[in-house]
Amino acid sequence: MLGFLRRTWGAVRRPSVHYSLGFLTMGGFVMGVVFWGGFNTALELTNTETFCTGCHEMRDNVFVELQPTIHYSNRSGVRATCPDCHVPHEWTNKIARKMQASKEVWGKIFGTINTREKFLEKRLELAQHEWARLEANDSLECRNCHSAESMDITRQSTRAAEAHERFLFTGEKTCISCHKGIAHQLPDLGQASLMAAPEAVAELSGYLDQ
Amino acid sequence: MKRQTALIAAILAAAIGGAALAQQSVATLRGGTPLADNADPMVIPKVVNTDLRQVRNYPEQPPLIPHKIDGYQIDLNANKCLTCHSREAIEISQAPMVSITHFMSRDNQFLASVTPRRYFCNQCHVAQTEARPLVENGFVDIDSVLEYVKNQQGGSD
Repeated sequence: MLGFLRRTWGAVRRPSVHYSLGFLTMGGFVMGVVFWGGFNTALELTNTETFCTGCHEMRDNVFVELQPTIHYSNRSGVRATCPDCHVPHEWTNKIARKMQASKEVWGKIFGTINTREKFLEKRLELAQHEWARLEANDSLECRNCHSAESMDITRQSTRAAEAHERFLFTGEKTCISCHKGIAHQLPDLGQASLMAAPEAVAELSGYLDQ
Repeated sequence: MKRQTALIAAILAAAIGGAALAQQSVATLRGGTPLADNADPMVIPKVVNTDLRQVRNYPEQPPLIPHKIDGYQIDLNANKCLTCHSREAIEISQAPMVSITHFMSRDNQFLASVTPRRYFCNQCHVAQTEARPLVENGFVDIDSVLEYVKNQQGGSD
């Protein structure tokens, strides 16, 4: 093993005997283009709705729920696809999210949510991950399309305008704080408060047992 | 015998013809569209979205919803209305709180949250559209009735 490593290192260090410098630089450049292009193309391929809905977990659960909402069908025909909201658009963050998504490949292989029942059971946890992500990045994916600067609140209903003035423009809340469950159905929120504060639940049940 | 049969046949024919005629003149919501065809659907009217509370037509009328409720989820998992109208949320939302009667169970016990029998908001509360009523409505509220009676009695109460 050590011998193999040493021989490889030696081959890398030594100048080329057979190939010209021009061939090596040009070859390196061309292969760089091919590999980098291939990598990005493959990455973009996993960033499409067709790819996401290629599995029944997404197609039969969340994608079906998206279809009647305003983010899928609306008066102007502009619509959001899965990665528009669920994958950051900027490169570094996108790669970070893609690496996180390897856990989802694991889930796919081992069938973590391969039935409707399993999905419903896990739905609250999955939703909370997404909510936490959007809270943490100040609803970045929402703001890729909905910018607060371009929002003309005079064209909104009074109620919406007041809410945006009080909470959005002051930075007190971010989009996802209020707009949960607009593109998919909400999970069982009755469990959510219990899951959020397990120690409070323990305390309360201790009190009730007395 | 033959004459009798002919007579019955004639009466039957007249009855069927008459029924057909009567059917044509009956006013229905279908309009004049033949049964086998589909009528042109009416344009979907706009939902009233003024956020202004509307007066109740009678004391126990469930208050109307003065805003759009498209896609509001009300099911076992979540109740979208209560994210603004619940007891805890109204300080943030400044929306009218769900009536305290909605906390009372069918055994007259007040519960900590909205009772299951009052949970499905739009069983009673509805948004309004700008549609013209299909049938004229002659409803008069109690104040108008009292006013009318007062006038009939010549202004003395």
